[in-house]
Amino acid sequence: MSILINKDTRVITQGMTGKVGQFHTFHCRAYANGANCFVAGVNPKKAGENFEGVPVYASVKDAKAATGATVSVIYVPPSGAAAAIDEAVEADLDLVICITEGIPVHDMLKTRYRMQGKKTILIGPNCPGLITPDEIKIGIMPGHIHKKGCIGVVSRSGTLTYEAVGQLSALGMGQSSCVGIGGDPINGMKHVDVMRLFNDDPETDAVIMVGEIGGSDEEDCARWIKANMKKPVVGFIAGVTAPEGKRMGHAGAIISGGQGGADDKLAVMEECGIHITRNPAEMGRVMQRVLKG
Amino acid sequence: MKIHEYQAKEVLRQFGVPTPRGIPCFSVAEAEAAARELGGSVWVVKAQIHAGGRGKGGGVKVAKSQDLVREYANQILGMQLVTHQTGPEGQKVRRLLIEEGAQIVKEYYVGMVVDRGTQRVALMASSEGGMDIEEVAAHTPEKIHKVWIDPVAGLTDAESDEVSRKIGVPEVALAEARACLQGLYRAFVEKDAMLAEINPLVLTGDNHIRALDAKFNFDSNALYRRPEIVEYRDLDEEDPSEVEASKFDLSYISLDGDIGCLVNGAGLAMATMDIIKLYGGAPANFLDVGGGATTEKVTEAFKLMLRNPKLKAILVNIFGGIMRCDVIAEGVVAAAREVHLSVPLVVRLEGTNVDLGKKILAESGLPIISGNDMADAAQKVVAAAKGK
Repeated sequence: MSILINKDTRVITQGMTGKVGQFHTFHCRAYANGANCFVAGVNPKKAGENFEGVPVYASVKDAKAATGATVSVIYVPPSGAAAAIDEAVEADLDLVICITEGIPVHDMLKTRYRMQGKKTILIGPNCPGLITPDEIKIGIMPGHIHKKGCIGVVSRSGTLTYEAVGQLSALGMGQSSCVGIGGDPINGMKHVDVMRLFNDDPETDAVIMVGEIGGSDEEDCARWIKANMKKPVVGFIAGVTAPEGKRMGHAGAIISGGQGGADDKLAVMEECGIHITRNPAEMGRVMQRVLKG
Repeated sequence: MKIHEYQAKEVLRQFGVPTPRGIPCFSVAEAEAAARELGGSVWVVKAQIHAGGRGKGGGVKVAKSQDLVREYANQILGMQLVTHQTGPEGQKVRRLLIEEGAQIVKEYYVGMVVDRGTQRVALMASSEGGMDIEEVAAHTPEKIHKVWIDPVAGLTDAESDEVSRKIGVPEVALAEARACLQGLYRAFVEKDAMLAEINPLVLTGDNHIRALDAKFNFDSNALYRRPEIVEYRDLDEEDPSEVEASKFDLSYISLDGDIGCLVNGAGLAMATMDIIKLYGGAPANFLDVGGGATTEKVTEAFKLMLRNPKLKAILVNIFGGIMRCDVIAEGVVAAAREVHLSVPLVVRLEGTNVDLGKKILAESGLPIISGNDMADAAQKVVAAAKGK
């Protein structure tokens, strides 16, 4: 099993006909069962056309009605990306993954408000997406570094997730699912939401949780883990050396008002029984030690 | 993006927030003329830099005569103003704000932030105006009152009055306080702010409410639709390397150490700084080249790092996903040749097309030190920076 997505998931791509959308749709379709999974694109100006055999529909609603897809992935440019999320939510999809980086925060505040009481789950924005190895990849991660197995990975950062996955695969530990929740301050799923799913997934034995400076999502997740988690968790936080008040690339990665520092996060995580490492090159080896007991 | 106090007050006035009358000045002569134009008998001469804590650093003075306005303007213009936010070297004062004096009876604090937990805009207000709000939060958190604002209803009259009463605004001034708080909220939303503060908001002797100081930080992702805010940008207040980096769509932040880092992805870039520190070195910068680095971008990134006279070594750490290792390797080789690289260079490549990338580096004939993984590369660059 896996969390959120598997080989039977059917996906709509919003922004498929743009340069970025075309590139990643090609690679997603080339990965595992992708050719069967990515069934529709959306572009109101190009309805009726197709991209390498994938039909384009005028709206998410039309695409869902025609294909039965329940998930969408968004590559729409920042100025229109929040509206693209709104459209997927209005169409009652189960899951929306927004890859787009650089969406204005106030757009996301309004979109998250509109999502209240709706069934749709959001991952991102500004995230690499998610993958269930050997079944389906939805997003921009390099598929070939992954290996099927039983370690869950959840992270706010893209390339640092690849680093964790690369270490696991090199040591022979495969992954059940890997979820990039994104680096923006206003986003959908948090660490704790993904952790709950991994806890309930019978084929996930342990989880690597990668966080970074800013906010308190990692602390919230750590407290939940202490009270509820049945499986071991290995944790790393990026940004121990980051100065206060400087935004480290991600809109959400900033220590402000003395809050959101990496040391504080690591201390809470350790106190909650997470196997922390301060060395980003050791995430895989720490997991190996934990599993060997 | 940050702006100056006088600019922040211009924004607030557009939304009906009352402020003292004031005139921005770039010279002593302009300051004298401004005082004459404002009239009255008390003026405040205020240094305009982006950092906070200007008063304690000697950048804000009350003048009770026009001669004193001239004297203070003379002192403050051109000074290196040191505050707890500028670092020990301080920031040069290039602009002044000359303002009419106000008779202050009471000082309040009002601020707004985007609250990640509730995913709402949060209003924070306190009776402890004029103080650093972080100090108040640390020592007397019960004195900070918060309102999480409904994005559809906005800040209601009832919410505004309730929080105003809690911080001690008298009944007679509630309506003016409401204009301030609701105006601040509208400015916050309509101008795409991430943070705004009025500190202090004051009650004057004749029961008026005035924004005596103001600060804004705007969402850089929304500047494309706020050209009027971009107009306010003052490059003199920003780190020259960071300004240069932004021209090439590189995310760069100067740090104190001597090991330059060039990485793809913000999380991995921070982790690279961390591992350098862990092995006993000190990072000179944060540098995320993003997902679409070209040879030109990599070359510019090298030039940026080499502007730092303290630089002793460079670590390139790339986990190729969308970015192919062969492309980055070609960029590194071209950049190293173009800038006549004079410090040791350690490169760690992983991910898409890694073998091809390593081959390009090996065949370049350049003295590039190869790192097998992140730990190996970090240890090698720390040793190289120490001349070992």
